[in-house]
Amino acid sequence: MAERKAFSELMKKIEAGEFVYTGELEPHRSIDISDVVSWAKTLKETGRIVAANVTDNPRSDSAISSLVASYLIQKETGLEMIYQLRTADRNRLALISDILGAAALGLKNILALTGDHTKTGTTPSAKPVFDLDGTNLIRLVRSLVDEGKDLWGNEIHGPRPELNVGGAGNPGMEPLEAEVFKLERKAEAGADFFQTQVVFDAEVARRFLRAIEHIGVPTLIGIFPPRTYAQAEFFDKFVPGVSVPREFMEKFAKLKELPKEKRKEKINEFNVDYFVSFIKEIKKEKACAGCHIMAVGYPDVIGPIIEGVEK
Amino acid sequence: MIITKEKPLDEILELLEPFSKVLVVGCDGCVQPPRGLREAETYASLIEMASKARGKQIECSAITVSRQCCEEGLPNWVKPDGFDAMLSMACGIGVQVMNIIFPEIPTFPAQNTVFMGAEEKREGRMYELCRACGDCVLGETGGICPRTRCAKGLMNGPCGGCVGGKCEVTVQIKDWKGEVVEEVQNDCAWYLIFERLRMLGRADLFRKLRDPTDFGIWVPPRRI
Repeated sequence: MAERKAFSELMKKIEAGEFVYTGELEPHRSIDISDVVSWAKTLKETGRIVAANVTDNPRSDSAISSLVASYLIQKETGLEMIYQLRTADRNRLALISDILGAAALGLKNILALTGDHTKTGTTPSAKPVFDLDGTNLIRLVRSLVDEGKDLWGNEIHGPRPELNVGGAGNPGMEPLEAEVFKLERKAEAGADFFQTQVVFDAEVARRFLRAIEHIGVPTLIGIFPPRTYAQAEFFDKFVPGVSVPREFMEKFAKLKELPKEKRKEKINEFNVDYFVSFIKEIKKEKACAGCHIMAVGYPDVIGPIIEGVEK
Repeated sequence: MIITKEKPLDEILELLEPFSKVLVVGCDGCVQPPRGLREAETYASLIEMASKARGKQIECSAITVSRQCCEEGLPNWVKPDGFDAMLSMACGIGVQVMNIIFPEIPTFPAQNTVFMGAEEKREGRMYELCRACGDCVLGETGGICPRTRCAKGLMNGPCGGCVGGKCEVTVQIKDWKGEVVEEVQNDCAWYLIFERLRMLGRADLFRKLRDPTDFGIWVPPRRI
């Protein structure tokens, strides 16, 4: 495999040994993305978020094209985007088109995903595509970038796309051994970085990071500071592979009983304390290159969490 | 086996509405549940009663054949003279071969053909096992087909939707009226593949990076 080249700020910082932070943006089923742009500005203002993911039909709920949204947000805010691209909705021709399109628009990162099944979202009658899986999508991006041709030998004209490609991992997967094999495949396919599903339990993150250390792919652990008790409960009960420690839920349950004027402040404090120590723990692990903070619509805690870790 | 499910009676009556003499043809081949003479006779009486109740009597006779997909045998087994339509109890293949062999009168389907599969011993449910992709990988996947038994047909699973060995997709089981009677969470095929290969001491096969499926050889209608 060709040596990995850092095209994006994200990969340059990782290669320079910096512990990186990424954020997450979720454009809606709308042509108005002003709310996401303003959220991206908030992330940029922290001065520490190096890039932000733009979700692609998350949970198989239809939304504005993540390619278009990635381009517009990056242009508007100057924050680097991680364009999420899932195989659930596009065949290999459409994927090649979008990868080349992304590079032509100046995007530098793609997160290659299989995506939730179309049956789970807003349009269950859709034809599920899954022409490639996330792993072969990583391979496709790398082939276009490194060799200037697709996986079927078709050459592209002119300059090669300059893109880094990431894959997703699930620290909560049981058995973990199967997940490790899967990530070994993704590394072989050419993944530059991994970002993970949400983790609440530092022990789960540590066990995962140690299990994948030999793979040598820089990994950003996903966190999601919940703004409300209902959000935490949602992760605990309904998000595949995510469990929230009992202690976390119990403390949060007490906070939700506080009077409204105090509640928000206390929840923010609790999240900052919890995730600062969480990140400090995982930061010690060699495989951990950073943290992917998915606090969508909850800007209050991002800056303080990062400051808490870095001070 | 080819698994079929009966069409709603209303739909069948609508298809047969313009006709007055109908031959109901069973199939003793691989269709499952069985759709032989007994079932053909039951359907024949059902259609006679229901059509009479609706004010337009359809006369029905019933026969069965060894295999409705046998082009060679059909002209000897089925004599459509005197009938103005036929109702096939076979799978979609049988219905089509009947229409090819007997072009002068229409043959209608009494069944929806759902998949190729087997009967689960424990639950007595039918479940899908093969999609006839033309490029069998069972030798490398512990005898479990990822193209059929993974909802996404992934070649490099499991995906993030695998929780506790189960798939993220819920399958609805419906009765003959189309009403949901049960919701089932299928096993994650890649979880099963992992467990089986590990048991067989072939975790190396699980680790293998697999090429994308060649859907080019999967374009219908195929011929060999």
